[in-house]
Amino acid sequence: MTTHHNAAFVRTEDAPLMEAPSSQIGLRAWLWKNIFASMADYATPGKAVISLLMTVITIFTAYALIWMTWTLLDFALFSATFFDPEGLKRDACLDEAGACWPYVKAKWYQFMYGFYPPEEVWRVNVCMGMLAIGIAWLVFPLPHRGKVALFMLFAYPVIAFVLLNGMPIEHEGDIGQVVSGVWFPLILAGIAFAGWWLARSDRYGDVVNAMAPALLMAAIVLGIFAGLPLVTMALDLALGTEVVETNKWGGLTITLVVAIFGIVISLPVGMLLALGRQSNAPIIRYSSIIFIEVVRGIPLISVLFFASAMLPYFLEPGVDFNKLLRAMIGVVLFASAYMAEVIRGGLQAIPKGQYEGGMSLGLSFWQQMRLIILPQALTTVIPGIVNTFIGLFKDTTLVLIISIFDLLGILSATLKDPEWSTPTTAYTGYLVIALIYWIFCFSMSRYSVYMENKLDRSHR
Amino acid sequence: MSSISDSDDAVRSERSGLAALVFDAKARSLFFQVILAVLIILAASIAVRNAGANLTEQGREFGFDFFDRPSDIQILTTFGTWLLDYEAGQNTVWDVFLLSIANTLIISVAGVIFATLWGFLLGIFRLSHNFVLNSFATIYIELLRNVPLLLQIFFWTAVLRLVAPGPREEGWLIPGLLNFNSKGIYGPYPLVEEGFSYTLIAFVIACVAAWGFARWARRNQDRTGKQSPVGLVTVALLIGLPTLVFLVTGRPMAIEWPNFVTEGPILRRGFENGIGSYIAPEFFALFLALTTYTAAFIAEIVRAGIQAVPKGQSEAAGALGLPPGLAMRKVILPQAFRVIIPPLTSQYLNLTKNSSLAAAIGYPELVAVFAGTTLNQVGRAIEIIAIVILVYLTISLLTSAFMNWFNNRVKLVER
Repeated sequence: MTTHHNAAFVRTEDAPLMEAPSSQIGLRAWLWKNIFASMADYATPGKAVISLLMTVITIFTAYALIWMTWTLLDFALFSATFFDPEGLKRDACLDEAGACWPYVKAKWYQFMYGFYPPEEVWRVNVCMGMLAIGIAWLVFPLPHRGKVALFMLFAYPVIAFVLLNGMPIEHEGDIGQVVSGVWFPLILAGIAFAGWWLARSDRYGDVVNAMAPALLMAAIVLGIFAGLPLVTMALDLALGTEVVETNKWGGLTITLVVAIFGIVISLPVGMLLALGRQSNAPIIRYSSIIFIEVVRGIPLISVLFFASAMLPYFLEPGVDFNKLLRAMIGVVLFASAYMAEVIRGGLQAIPKGQYEGGMSLGLSFWQQMRLIILPQALTTVIPGIVNTFIGLFKDTTLVLIISIFDLLGILSATLKDPEWSTPTTAYTGYLVIALIYWIFCFSMSRYSVYMENKLDRSHR
Repeated sequence: MSSISDSDDAVRSERSGLAALVFDAKARSLFFQVILAVLIILAASIAVRNAGANLTEQGREFGFDFFDRPSDIQILTTFGTWLLDYEAGQNTVWDVFLLSIANTLIISVAGVIFATLWGFLLGIFRLSHNFVLNSFATIYIELLRNVPLLLQIFFWTAVLRLVAPGPREEGWLIPGLLNFNSKGIYGPYPLVEEGFSYTLIAFVIACVAAWGFARWARRNQDRTGKQSPVGLVTVALLIGLPTLVFLVTGRPMAIEWPNFVTEGPILRRGFENGIGSYIAPEFFALFLALTTYTAAFIAEIVRAGIQAVPKGQSEAAGALGLPPGLAMRKVILPQAFRVIIPPLTSQYLNLTKNSSLAAAIGYPELVAVFAGTTLNQVGRAIEIIAIVILVYLTISLLTSAFMNWFNNRVKLVER
């Protein structure tokens, strides 16, 4: 090599790079590869038929795509009525064949808040703002996620309830009621303190661990009975909020309330059901299986009918509770059965060695679950949980059948308003509502895909 | 936690009586089971007692005698009313119950068939290298999956109302075959005459013969390696034999065309009721919504199923010299089916359950007409909702039993 170093026939530099053949780059190559390649094979009669078929299907599909895009754009933009400066209402939209945006503007408040009194609407806004911040905090990993998650799971529902519903204390006797209600939680707090003290002492520590489920129940009851009145009292003293009955709630607010309530309650209930289904104890296992399979076998409407028409018969005569609460109970019953199956999938994906490892460390069943099994199982099924939540979010529309005005229900109600009755009002409304649902569901499904990829990578 | 470091025996001997019981896994499990059983029994007995008290307070009683009562509700003409020859006032509540189940089943079966076809097509589009088909399928799936079904049902109802001609007009859906206006879709109705049973018998014979030929062809191929044109023979048998018999027996079928009235009082104009076959617009809207919505989910299942087959399988098929179409049919799809069938089953069940959304637009199926109108009329909430739940459970269990059987047939037999 070195002897020829200066020879004229030895190249001292690289040959110039040639352009890629024009059939491989640029728009033409892309078009060929992605559209025309599948229709260009006429070697045999069979292939020719397939190619011709592909050509017809492609042309038809392209036409359908263009037609749909054009129809949508034409409806939403080009032929639409945007402004109604003179306050003509329906007359402003009658001339055009497109969307009637003034209608959306006029009814936007109802879409968002239903019949919530406008002077109190800041409470809904505060609620939703906290929700948005909380979810953003958990989705984009910011520091102190655990604490924020605990806050969103336990404190936020109470705060949201107090904000949305309100709890007046200016009436006589209300403070008394709240204070007398505190006695019961105080006793529970005493029990919990005793349990905590016992757990710290060496002698009885594992007794407490063995009885963890019972203690957990006590803690939840404590949280509800002690937390609610105390927080309410503090908030009310600070704000002096007024009661807004649930029949005035509506629109996106009620959709979000039902969906969030459903997910927050169905997650722990579903977890218990999934564990129950895997339990060795026959009574626990079979009651879990029967509940899960029955609920999964029937449509949500019949669960809602059950909660709204049949449940009142099973309560003490004269006892009647809120229609919205009944619907939410129905949704929770329904969602927890599906959640249980998702979580069971996660539990089954955990290798047996993990359980055995936990046992060999001397951990009790609930310690194994809390420290080893559930963290892994829940992480692997996050996409499944999100998908269940998407389904739940879409299914909340069914509450309109038992006449609760969720986002779709309020739309149907506003469509009956004669002041805005035009041929295109319904389509405008459906378009807007569909877009709202779509944004929520699509972003959740993207998050689910993102989590799936992220988790998938960690397994390799 | 010093006790963990102690040996188990030492811990156990240290404790006696109650404490020992707490650490006995069996005793603990029994304890929680007894608590659960007691709670369930307690809740059930309280519920039954309250139900009794509530019913006596309202002056009602429990029982299923309402099934014998005559039913005077008007029901939209559908498959169920056709099947049971329903007329308001002439039939009992039991007939209404049966016709509502028939309506649920017909919408479910129609929905399942068309959603499967459309969903498989979309799933294949989604995997296609053709940019147009691929982006169409992607947009379609992402749009429809993420919008509530109920909204889509309302949308299709509104679209049908918009595009349909008025009730006194003779619109054409398929020129010369199907008419279409805002009262529904009208088409020809086959009137069977004497001797048609021979055609049916011929069809059954053709089915058996096709099955037998396919069996023989498979055995023959296993033995000799020779292939037979199974598809062609099957089609020829299934279409040819009944047609031949139909023609030979002298065409024993008349066709009743819908009758379009243009004269007479204005309210009587339009298509005459009860002549020709008829599909209610409510059925059509629900059918469109259920089919297009479920197809989006099925498409994703099909895509995932085909992608789940390792790439080596198609490469191996190519190495054996199988052309792509045959490789798809003989190697990829049979394996993809194993992945596809379980989620497909749950989509079928979802579609059946979602048909209950008809309650919102008035198609008379189980929830709308039985748990809705009939419940309002006879007021037996407990009995009726319990029956509805039982019917759906039966449908679900039967469907999953069938699909499990089918799944076991295509399942991979491992050594």
